[in-house]
Amino acid sequence: MRPVSAGRWAVISLPYLWLLLFFLVPFIIVFKISLSDIRLGMPPYQPMLQWVEAQVVNIQVNLGNYAFLLEDPLYRNAYLHSISTAAISTLLCLLIGYPMAYGIARTDKSWRNLLLMLVMLPFWTSFLLRVYAWIGILKNNGLINNLLMGMGLIDQPIVMLQTDFAVYIGIVYSYLPFMVLPLYATLEKQDITLLEAAADLGCHPVRAFLTITLPLSMPGVVAGSLLVFIPAVGEFVIPALLGGPDTLMIGKVLWNEFFQNRDWPVASAVAIAMLLLLVVPIMLFQLAQGRQAGGHP
Amino acid sequence: MIGRRSFLITTLMSFGFAFLYIPILSLIVYSFNESRLVTVWAGFSTKWYGELFQNEQVLNAAKLSLEVAAINATGAVILGTLAGFALSRFRRFRGRTLLTGMTSAPLVMPEVITGLSMLLLFVAMEQAFGWPSGRGVTTITIAHITFSMAYVTVVIQSRLASLDVSLEEAAMDLGAKPWKVFMVITLPIIFPAILAGWLLAFTLSWDDLVITSFVSGPGSSTLPIVIFSKVRLGVSPDINALATIMVGIVAVGVVATGLYLQHQERRRERDVQAALASNG
Amino acid sequence: MAETRPDKKLEPWRDRDIQPYIRIERVTKNFGDFTAVDDVSLDIYRGEIFCLLGASGCGKTTLLRMLAGFEQPSSGRIAIDGADMAGIPPYRRPVNMMFQSYALFPHMTVAQNVAFGLKQDRLPKGEIRDRVAAMLELVKLTALGGRKPHQLSGGQRQRVALARSLVKQPKLLLLDEPLGALDRKLREHTQFELVNIQEKLGVTFVVVTHDQGEAMTLASRIGVMDHGEIIQVGTPSDIYEYPTTKFVADFVGSVNLFEGRLVEDEPDHVRVECPELGGCFYVDHGVSAPPAATVWVALRPEKVFISRESPGPGPDNQVPGIIKEIAYLGDLSVYLVQLPTGRMLRVTRPNVRRQDAAFDRLTWDEQVWLSWEASSPVVVTQ
Repeated sequence: MRPVSAGRWAVISLPYLWLLLFFLVPFIIVFKISLSDIRLGMPPYQPMLQWVEAQVVNIQVNLGNYAFLLEDPLYRNAYLHSISTAAISTLLCLLIGYPMAYGIARTDKSWRNLLLMLVMLPFWTSFLLRVYAWIGILKNNGLINNLLMGMGLIDQPIVMLQTDFAVYIGIVYSYLPFMVLPLYATLEKQDITLLEAAADLGCHPVRAFLTITLPLSMPGVVAGSLLVFIPAVGEFVIPALLGGPDTLMIGKVLWNEFFQNRDWPVASAVAIAMLLLLVVPIMLFQLAQGRQAGGHP
Repeated sequence: MIGRRSFLITTLMSFGFAFLYIPILSLIVYSFNESRLVTVWAGFSTKWYGELFQNEQVLNAAKLSLEVAAINATGAVILGTLAGFALSRFRRFRGRTLLTGMTSAPLVMPEVITGLSMLLLFVAMEQAFGWPSGRGVTTITIAHITFSMAYVTVVIQSRLASLDVSLEEAAMDLGAKPWKVFMVITLPIIFPAILAGWLLAFTLSWDDLVITSFVSGPGSSTLPIVIFSKVRLGVSPDINALATIMVGIVAVGVVATGLYLQHQERRRERDVQAALASNG
Repeated sequence: MAETRPDKKLEPWRDRDIQPYIRIERVTKNFGDFTAVDDVSLDIYRGEIFCLLGASGCGKTTLLRMLAGFEQPSSGRIAIDGADMAGIPPYRRPVNMMFQSYALFPHMTVAQNVAFGLKQDRLPKGEIRDRVAAMLELVKLTALGGRKPHQLSGGQRQRVALARSLVKQPKLLLLDEPLGALDRKLREHTQFELVNIQEKLGVTFVVVTHDQGEAMTLASRIGVMDHGEIIQVGTPSDIYEYPTTKFVADFVGSVNLFEGRLVEDEPDHVRVECPELGGCFYVDHGVSAPPAATVWVALRPEKVFISRESPGPGPDNQVPGIIKEIAYLGDLSVYLVQLPTGRMLRVTRPNVRRQDAAFDRLTWDEQVWLSWEASSPVVVTQ
């Protein structure tokens, strides 16, 4: 294999160096600060290396933050709750998104682009505003409650806002396009003649779906699910706006540690722990991406 | 009948679309509500639009967001196109796996992690080199470019994957050097993808809250930050008005693009038919 | 290709004084553990149409791409007109290529496509215009200069690709499966057109194809490839009538192959005993092989006479059989005849006469005699 030419290195190096500096190096810094301790002033953390005298350097590594994370049940619960919320939301997203993707894939070609555009359109409008919209819908005097009370179906408003339920809806709603599109991409490529062959051999349509369409669409299911699950674990905006004070999500915890407690070291430890948690799903995602994306291996 | 939509699927699909659009419609409807209690209807009014346009804070924030988004989109497109090109056209090079990882991780990385890490980087850099001094437009833009270039890379990479390599090889074969090939052949052909990448990066930046919150400073409040601080306290009708305007702009843009693409497609179909008929 | 009298000028490989135009010396190409091209050496002469023929994956396309400069050999040397091509990128070689997918630039017109190569050489505008016009006329596309590729039919696109690759008057033109995308009628027509254009311009062609019909029509010489190696090089008739290996015999056209033992080995004839034949082949030319060696005899289906009457005194070069399968193809009929040993022999016969009911109409399960001339079988030793 001939060595990569100078011209090629020019192309590679610009994005490479940028990402190295602004994406990778920060993680190292986060890790370093997670091993430090809070202090007053700017920056609000102890430096790792301290010159005590000439030629003597004191290296301070504080594992206390991690111990703190492990001891205080708040963090453990927050992590577990984040994972379970993300998992449930991903499942719900899949249940709503799969029929949509399937339906679009089976529509006449001339309408398909329109439908895809309708799926994408909400994505192009503000994420923040769309989550906000649900406040107006789920409030005690919001759209749903007004409707139900107006129709006389209930006397008291159903409490939906500031619950886990609201967070599920928020995540499903916001991430739906991320689930539909990879699913659609996989389903669209599927060969209809496979189903025709199955029918020809006497297979009931539902059975054909379960044994042919569904398994073959697995790459799309995996890609879509990871695209929803991983960011959902660390979500902040949705639990902040739609969840309550006791909706424990790790994204909110990190935010509070940073902005309210101003405890950068603990916030960093929370971030590192979250990363460790998500490392495996992230690598799975990159594997799935690698198979989908074209180009040389 | 195989391959056509069944009634069940059509129903489920419609439910899905309704689920997607009812919240947006509710935003729009309530923006015309006379009452300050957004969801209790008190009559039709456009006063909140008026209030919106007099709100200095919102207008300044919007202007800032626009600037940042535009710079970010351009930067992200340049970096993302280079990365996408390298990943799809260069076979093996040292650090390829790392580049692949760094351009796909931001797609799923929770924003709190990215935001925190970038802020800590900026603080450390300020400590060590004195730059960037303070948090503001510069740090926001750098942070935005970093995560949105990953999306552009995906777009460009997938477009290049479907672009026949023989086109670029043919150009080289006819005497064009690699840089010339890129400018004269590749770029014009993938231009729609680059445009799409620009718009994507623009939207991501315009809309970003979490990362921006970490890396912004006093005086550099973007629109999402202003909106968030308002809606934390509850619903606010001028926000509905803002939402309606944004939805309107996006809808017009999407529909116009769709119509244009359809027109192009029809013209192309006609040309191909004409060619087949004229067969020679 | 149309048969011509053996003329030294048209068979430069026979003339020791002429230097080869393209020298491929012991070229190997590895992709990781996989060897795509294995120690290939070839000499190609100026003005030839040389065809690399082989199945998919045999390495012919890789070899072509090394000539073009898109791949570099892992070892070995390629020289064009005396100049070593090592390290020289495609845009600096006096070589042009016509791609299988045509690779026409979709955002440029036909004229712009054809002019592209000339523009890279920074020729004056007037000269570019003239040369493009001349080339479009040669491929009969003058009226379509302003169209874009998607407005052309497949055959028209192919001609644009050809024009574009010839306009720079390259020393060598490489063609990758040039006729693969065309339908049959168009393919035949284009085959002859290609040869005519080549003769007119005198450009050296190297064509890669898996289609033996294409190779036989276009080529002045064919190089048969398999698993990265060149198995045999020769004119179409050399390859067809005098294959040197079983592979070549089987690959080009159809053939009946019999394994056998040399029982008589003289300079002017050999006799091969073949158990599956149930008899012997008497071949009227000598073969170089060790005594009592195992050899194979290749017999082409069209060289076999099939008739109801016995062909005369044997015992060699004749065998009885029963017709088991008949395929009527219009211009010829294919018979599969089962020999007493159980083996099937394939025979083809042109339908010279419109067959009326009685005369010579062979049918299934008929007893027939198969015979062939002593010059027909070819003995191969590998």
